[in-house]
Amino acid sequence: MPQRAGMPTQTRIILGVLLLAALIVPLLGQPYYTKLVSRMAIYAIAALSLDLLVGYAGLVSFGHAAFFGIGVYCAGLLPMVGIDQAWIIVPAAIACAALYGLFSGAVSLRASGLYFIFITLAFAEMMFYVAQGLRMFGGDDGFRLPRPTQLMAGLSLGNPVVLAYTMLVTLVIAIYVARRITGSHFGRVVIAARDNETKLRAIGLSPYPYRLTLYVIASALCAVAGVGFANLVEYASPASMSWVVSGEMLFMVILGSAATVIGPVLGAVVFVGLETVLSSLTEHWLFWLGLILVLRVLLLRHGLYGLLSGRGQR
Amino acid sequence: MSAQPEPLLELRGLVKRFGALVVTDGLSLSVAPGELHALIGPNGAGKSCLIAQVTGELTPDEGEVRLRGERINALSVPQRARRGLARAYQVPRLFGSLSAIENASVAEMARAGSGSRLWHAASDDRDLAIASLSALQRVGLGDIDNRVAAQLSHGEKRLLELAMGFAADPALLLLDEPLAGLGLADSAAMVELLRSLKGRYGILLVEHDVEAVFSLADRVSVLVGGRLIASGTPDEIKADANVRSAYLGEGGA
Repeated sequence: MPQRAGMPTQTRIILGVLLLAALIVPLLGQPYYTKLVSRMAIYAIAALSLDLLVGYAGLVSFGHAAFFGIGVYCAGLLPMVGIDQAWIIVPAAIACAALYGLFSGAVSLRASGLYFIFITLAFAEMMFYVAQGLRMFGGDDGFRLPRPTQLMAGLSLGNPVVLAYTMLVTLVIAIYVARRITGSHFGRVVIAARDNETKLRAIGLSPYPYRLTLYVIASALCAVAGVGFANLVEYASPASMSWVVSGEMLFMVILGSAATVIGPVLGAVVFVGLETVLSSLTEHWLFWLGLILVLRVLLLRHGLYGLLSGRGQR
Repeated sequence: MSAQPEPLLELRGLVKRFGALVVTDGLSLSVAPGELHALIGPNGAGKSCLIAQVTGELTPDEGEVRLRGERINALSVPQRARRGLARAYQVPRLFGSLSAIENASVAEMARAGSGSRLWHAASDDRDLAIASLSALQRVGLGDIDNRVAAQLSHGEKRLLELAMGFAADPALLLLDEPLAGLGLADSAAMVELLRSLKGRYGILLVEHDVEAVFSLADRVSVLVGGRLIASGTPDEIKADANVRSAYLGEGGA
């Protein structure tokens, strides 16, 4: 299942072209497409963080949107107390998500399989209802971002071009971090725990601390995507942490191929692209999206990543 | 028990029940350092349950498990492994998506305590690669280091599991039917490998192949219905009338 070897040249070229396109689009002065690039990059970061759990650790979390939402609310709430600098908001989002990840992960990682899926879902729903209960912040409806997040030197994430480039840079950093972690000693132990937990114990390692560490990292990474998302839609609402969003992230991971880092990035790009195209063509776009996922599972053994790197049609 | 001053592994009065079923019934046995102690017995005698109580996967209801004199009843599986227990399973358990050398490397990381390194590429760690490769070479798998574990033959999987045991630098090997499912050639090679391990590790060997057991073991214990009905040198066991009727059968030995 994992593709641990270096990327084939073909894949590198396609990724290079994609990145180049993403870098050029914001220069065209079309805010609609610039925002589309941001959206793809943001979901790519989120899907990539989920892939650390689903792909590498074999931990199917159905509550990853909770951490996305934590990022959204940090970007939305902190400006209300006069804090709008990215260098405070982003670390704050990371810290909050890491804390909630530590707490919810410590509990949910006691379970496995189906139980793990449902406990993660339950923890995300808890956050959802907390956000919904914030009456002074719009409750169910959420609230408009009082002020976009400010980078240094007068650059604001409220500017679509600045946001697009910021999220692209963040995505590249996230890919680098994910590849470092999954290729490390730690990453190898995480994969070993996925492959055979009993064996890992028998050679003297308990999987729990490794999984919990990874869970916290994935949570923190997803919150960074959430900060970007709040600036993209200029809005913070409980919908950003609903189970639907968790499901969409899983969709992207599976579409692209789990345990590849790059696969989920492609999955997110294609998902957002399809969503945009299909929803403009038909109101039944979700049906077609679902059909595409079914076809991917039936036809492409290694997802979009496999298709691109020329391996594994089923 | 025999007069060994300090046995490597000592089981005292072990009892394990599942409801009304007693799978281990007041069992005591020991493995001296460097000794190969074989455990034989018919199917359902409780051999695998006994191994599981030594490794910590099962908790005995009564009695003691001692490693180098230390009572380890309350220790978890990983804790016991770190104190020097290495186990090979009846059906080899491996990390299927990792290559042979990566499998060995995980055991080496467990020993060296380097598994928590988050940032440095495991593939660039020379010390790790050298230690892992030498573990593979000890079982003759040095030339298949890059093959994915799931694609290895049954015999190779067995050997890889042993290599992982060596990488962890154990004191006691618990081998659960290492010859099961092997072809003639593989089986003979495994017997030779086991012979080469004698003296270096304490070994508790569970095996159905009586001929191999009698040629390898320093001591043989016969387990029937959760109890030891005999324990002694291979020659004593071969001559034991109880054993012949209970297990070896008329044409045995």
